[in-house]
Parts: sequence; structure tokens; C-alpha cells
Amino acid sequence: MSVLYLVVPLALLIVGIALGGYLWAVRSGQMDDLETPGVRVIRDDE
Amino acid sequence: MATILRPSSASTDAVRACEHCGLPALGVAPDGDDAPVFCCSACATAYTMLSEHGLGAYHRFPERRLSAVRPSGRAFSDFDHEAFQSRYVQRDADGLSRVELALEGVHCPSCVWLIERVPLLMTGVARAELDVRLNRAVVTWDAGATRLSEIARTLDALGYTPHPYRGRERAALRRSEDRAMLVRIGVAGAIATNAMLAALAIYAGEFNTMDGSALALFRWISLILTIPTLVWPGRIFFTSAWAALRARTVHMDVPIALALFAATTRGVINTISGTGPIYFDGVCVLVFLLLVGRFLQARGQRAATDATEQLFALTPATARLLHDDSVAEDVPADALGVGARIAVHAGETIPADGEVLWGYSRLNRAILTGESADVRVDVGDTVYAGTLNRTAELHVRVTASGDDSRLARILAQVDESARRRAPVVLLADRLASRLVLVVLSLAAATFVLWVRRDTAAAWDNTIALLIATCPCALALATPLAMTTAVGRAARTGIFVKGGDTLEALSRPGWLVLDKTGTLTTGETALVTWSGEERLKSMTLAVEATSTHPIAAGFRRAWPGLMPGVATNVTHTIGGGVIGDVDGERIVIGSPRFVATHIGTPTDTLQPDNSGESPVHIAVNGRLVARAGFGDAIRPDAAASLATLRARGWRTMLLSGDAAGVTARVGATLGFATEDIVSEASPEDKAERVRALVAAAGTSKTPSCVAMVGDGVNDAAAIAAATVGIGVHGGAEASLATADIAMTRDGLAALVALDEGARRSMRLIRLNMAWALAYNVVGVSLAMTGHVTPLVAAVMMPASSLTVVLCSWLGTTFTTERR
Repeated sequence: MSVLYLVVPLALLIVGIALGGYLWAVRSGQMDDLETPGVRVIRDDE
Repeated sequence: MATILRPSSASTDAVRACEHCGLPALGVAPDGDDAPVFCCSACATAYTMLSEHGLGAYHRFPERRLSAVRPSGRAFSDFDHEAFQSRYVQRDADGLSRVELALEGVHCPSCVWLIERVPLLMTGVARAELDVRLNRAVVTWDAGATRLSEIARTLDALGYTPHPYRGRERAALRRSEDRAMLVRIGVAGAIATNAMLAALAIYAGEFNTMDGSALALFRWISLILTIPTLVWPGRIFFTSAWAALRARTVHMDVPIALALFAATTRGVINTISGTGPIYFDGVCVLVFLLLVGRFLQARGQRAATDATEQLFALTPATARLLHDDSVAEDVPADALGVGARIAVHAGETIPADGEVLWGYSRLNRAILTGESADVRVDVGDTVYAGTLNRTAELHVRVTASGDDSRLARILAQVDESARRRAPVVLLADRLASRLVLVVLSLAAATFVLWVRRDTAAAWDNTIALLIATCPCALALATPLAMTTAVGRAARTGIFVKGGDTLEALSRPGWLVLDKTGTLTTGETALVTWSGEERLKSMTLAVEATSTHPIAAGFRRAWPGLMPGVATNVTHTIGGGVIGDVDGERIVIGSPRFVATHIGTPTDTLQPDNSGESPVHIAVNGRLVARAGFGDAIRPDAAASLATLRARGWRTMLLSGDAAGVTARVGATLGFATEDIVSEASPEDKAERVRALVAAAGTSKTPSCVAMVGDGVNDAAAIAAATVGIGVHGGAEASLATADIAMTRDGLAALVALDEGARRSMRLIRLNMAWALAYNVVGVSLAMTGHVTPLVAAVMMPASSLTVVLCSWLGTTFTTERR
């Protein structure tokens, strides 16, 4: 069970990195418009 | 006998759909069988423009905008002026210019597609990006290759009339608010999922034999995860609850904060002591779900509250100042002094109120009156800022400019009405205040009942009760149901800003309707006809070659009828038409024209006060038929109004038009005589609506006063009403303050809206019933001491999940295609 003391903090570290990526995306404006991108792909040029 | 004709919109096989917008094409005759047909020349222009540039794919969209292109026809020359450019245009580092434009008429996916392909239509335009929710386009172009006015004219020709975007500061503020909320949701979400994993390990460990130290590890990890979620994302619930208590009010955040606080305190104590439930997973999931609900609600309601800020600039930024009648100089329109002389070219919007000094032209005053027909102006006539000069140059002596103009005063009133309007008190918040009392007294009761037997159990069960009664599902019930309802309404062509308007609409009170453009179509149509059937095809034959609105009106009224063949047709401008059909001489025209031609004295003509334009028809020198032309009542108006009245709405007709025509329309549609108001100025309309709102009561659940209108002349009244509704085809720019905008033609949309609002409220009540049922079960379990960690862990997410599913599956607005 002692492996838990290694993998649990490791898991939290990975979550932290993912969260950091998300925060960067929000702060760089990628989430500012949540509606248009959804309809933009509706049909691309043929 | 006069009969009211209901113009059939699309009933006969002869009617084909407009190739561009899909509406019935009646006005413009097809060239050949396979040639595309159009409902109007504007649609034809837009269609040609798109096909020439290889954008024909637009017309194969299943969901494209189903409304005719309505270009403003402005020249947009003010967009090129220095004053405009310095205020709204930025220069990018790469030498390109960038402008933010607010567009009218943006409603659907196909609009995004089309607007973002404007660079393909025009050389020199680098990029066009659209934000559908804000109706805002960011256009980047090369100032050396094309001019902004040209880009604006292209957008206008496609039906997206551009205005400079003025809400930039507010938008920046909103953006940082949105980002902060998304950061909170992200952090809370990441923590919640991991806290749940830790909880899973703990619960799994309860059934197997888990190492005591491993169990303690997961409990401490849960604690370490939970503290940041409360301190960072969850803090807003505590600050909001504290603010409410200090203001001596109670809303939903108070019981939420109480439950979060109780659960965390208990969890921390139990973690340190190493026994008992810790509740941390529940707390983390709760914070996450509540933040999502709050985000959805804020986004929905913001559109309504911000609207007044974004009232479009309806007057041009610059004016052409005249010195000595010849030299013109561009000056900012706001800086025009009283007495200044300005020149307004054809296609330009008049920048200030004034009096015509020189020139003769036609004005479109739709923005002030809602009337789509042009009005003639001559020397000495008064003109108003915001109206469009159609045909020729005018010189105007300024009498009021900037904030003193009539338009600016009306818009100021719109702003004021919107500010003074009391917010809708939501059912959820009314429940919350009672809920707090119930919860606190139940908690006190539990403590008193248990404290004699066992002090530790008394604390345990009281805290368990506070947690079990957390109105998490109750707080989610409204935003979730409203968000799904608003989304579904948008798919049926009803755009609702903020779910609270739906809640207000579910309490029927007064329904106030404008006439022109709302109850009527706003275009010249045959309203009355008295004459023999065979005369109809003769009339069509003689009028076949005419482009006059009256001729088009005849054609629209009888779409399936085959015209005969007319010979020797002569047109007299301002009079009528004469022609021969089957050897009979037919005269069609104004009563005076016909009387002159058939030799009856003109002084015996009866003056007409019905509000219609009469047209007489004579065959072989004898008056045989009379037709009345006017603004036709929408075909679905009578049935829709009857349905709405049956559902408890009291209807009022509030029109700026003359008494005669208003009374006629009112009587036809079954308005009570005392509920018909004519000759109301925009200011009168707002005053009337305000009086109705005041009379509706100041209780917590006042009945709704809904105002339905279509122009700037209704905008102040729309802003003053509990719920303002802007109908299809109205001046969209002026309807920024409407809570609900319709892109569906006709009044049937109102019925659908009423129905949808009722269903949404039913769904919310159902959601709340679920949430409360869970709370009741939780309370009884807690009071009897049966809330184990597992029960708490299952009940908390289960209640929220039920509400989510319920909102998703419930029917609100039927999504059948129009």
C-alpha cells in the first residue's frame, strides 16, 4: 500500500498540469466565445 | 358589400418560394420556368452577389435565415470620415485596419458562415469574425485596397445592417467576469472529480479491509483538496450570503453557505479525530454544480441587462456643414449648433433635427413611426435625426442636435425605462427565504430532541440535517430549466434574453400591441373589395405591366388567378390605368381619375375616412367595383389573439396611427373599444405601459404587462413593460432593449411563446418538487439519525442529477419546424 504515497501525489500533479493548461486557455481568450465556434463548423466549404 | 380579405401567404400552386430567403415569392414575376424567383429585389441582389462569388452553397443550407433581406439602403459615407475612424477603427501592427461592428439580423448558423466569407466577396477584406451571441463582427481590412463604407454596404446588401459597436468597455468588463467564472468552474471541477475518486477509495475500503493508514491518507487528501475549493471558487457563496445577511434579506445563497460551512466544519473535526463521516466529496461536487448553474443563469440574464448600453448609434457620426451654400465641411454630428446649415445626400441618414431649407426628397421615417412607406418632404418641413433621405439632396437648418434631437430623447427614455424596471422576483428566491426559516427551526428541533439522550449524536444529526437540506438541487432547478428552454426557443425563432422573462410571462396580465408592422404586415395590400368576380382577372390584365404598389397589391391578393389579355394600355402617373380587355374599356385608378374619365362630376365624391386608399374600377363608362388598399392585417392575427385572450391575457391596441384606421383594425381583431388607443406618440406609449405596470401591482407576484412592438417608436414602451417583445421585421437596432425578439413571421410566435413560458414554469415546479422531496427524505433520515456517510454521498448528487435529467427531458418549446 505504500506505493499510494507515490502515485496519489503524482496523480494530483498531473491534474495540476491539466488544470494549468485550462487556466492558460481561459486567460488567453480561447473560451471567450462559447457559441460561435460550435456553429462555425456546421458546414465547411465543399 | 365590403369584405375583408385575408391575404393568403402561400396557398396556391402558382406560388413558389423565394430562392434566397424561402418566403413566398409573389411580387416579382418569374422569367422562365426554371429561373430562380425572388420575393423582392433585395433578395435577388443578395442571391446574385453570392452566386457570382461561388458562395452558392449558402442556398443549400437546411437552416438558413427565413426572412427577406431588408437592406437599409444607407450609403454609409460617414463610416469613412475622420471622426468615425478615430473613434471606432484601430490600426493593427501589420498595417491593417480593424473595426468592431454590431450587425442587425444575425440569428443563425448560416449567418456565421456567410459573414465570415465576406473576405471572399470583397478584395481588400482580410478577415471577418462573428460573435453570434453579441451580434458583433470584427472586420480586418486593408485601408489601401477598399473603404469601410463599401464593406458596410456589402453587409447591408446581405441584410446585416452594420452599426459601430459601442459596448466595448462593457464587453471587456463582462469578458473578465466570464473568464473569472470559467477559472472558478475549472478549478472546482478538477477538485471535485479528484475528491470523488478519493471518496470512492474510502467507500470501497469500508467494504474491504483497508489499511488504517491508507484510509487516513485519503481522508487527509480530501481535506487538502476541499480547503482550496472553498477558499477560491466557493468563496462567492459565502461573500454573497454575508452580503444578504447584512442587507437583512435572505436568498438562496444563505442556506447553501450554511450547509457548506456545517459540512466542512464537521468534516475537518472528523478528519482530525479519525472517526465519522467527512462529507468532503459532497462539498466539492456541490460547489462545482452550483457554479455551473450560476454561470448559465448569469449569461442568460446579462444579455437583457446590458442591452441599453448597446443601443446602436442610429445617427451618423458626422455631418456635412455648409458655408455660404457651397463649401461643405465634415464636422462631428454632435457638435452641430442650432441654426447651422447642413447638406444631406441621397442614401444618407439625417444627422440632426431640422427644417428643410432647400430641396425636395422622400424620407423613410420607419425608425420613428414604424411606417415603412416613404414620406415626401419639401421646403419648410421638419425632418428628424435618424430618418433616411431616399431620393435627393436636402439642405437643412439644424434646430436640435446630439442629445437634444427627438431620437436621442426617445432613446434616453428607453434607457431610463429599462433602469427603472423592477427585476422579476424568481420563484426560487421566494422559496429560499421560507426555506431558511424551516431549515433553522428543524435543525433547532433536532438538536433539542437529541441533546437529552446523547450530546455527540445531537451535534451529528443537526449537522447532517443542515447538509441534507442544502438547496443545491433547488438552486439548480431554475437555471437549468431556463437555459434549456431558452435554447429550444431559439431554435424555433424566438430569442429570449434571460430566463426570468419566461417566468414573468407565465403570469398573464396585459398584452399591449402596436399596430403597424405588428398586427399588420406594414405593406400596401388589398383590404376591401366590392365587385363581381370576373372583374378580378380583367383588373389583373390591365395592371399586368404596371410596377405601381397598387398593381403589386392586386397581384398579391389574387395569386392563383390567370389574368386576361389587355390591349391599348396607358398609364397616367398619379392617376391610374386605362386598357381594353375583350373589347371592353376598363379604367382603374383614384376615384377622381375614374370619375373624370367616365364623366361623373368629381364634386359628388364622398370623402373617405376609413384610412384606406380607395381605387375605383369602371367598365365601359360605368363604375362597377371599388377596392380599398391599406395595411393588411396579418393572416394569423385574429386566431392568435383569440387563443391568447382565452389563456387569460387582456389585450390592448396602442397605435400611433389615426383614429379611423386604428379603430377598424381593432374592431376586426376583437379589441374592446376602451382598449384601443390611437394617435399615441412614442412618449405616450411608454407612459401608458408604465401606468399599466404600476396598476399591475407591487406585490411579489405582479401580473405581467407585455408590450409587443416593432420600432423605435415602441422602444420606450417595450423597455417600460415587464416583458418587452420585438416582432419580426422591426428595426432591430432599436429593439436592443426587448427581452424577447422574434425572427418568426406573424403572431403565432406569441402563442408559442406563451405556451413555452407556461411549460417552462411547469418544468421548474417539477424540478423544485423533486428537490424538495429529496430534502424531506433527507430531513427525516437526519432527524432519526440515519444519515450514514454513504446515504449522504448518494443523496447529494442524486438530487442534482434528477434535476439535470428533468430539465433536459422536459418539453418546453416544441421544436417543430416552422
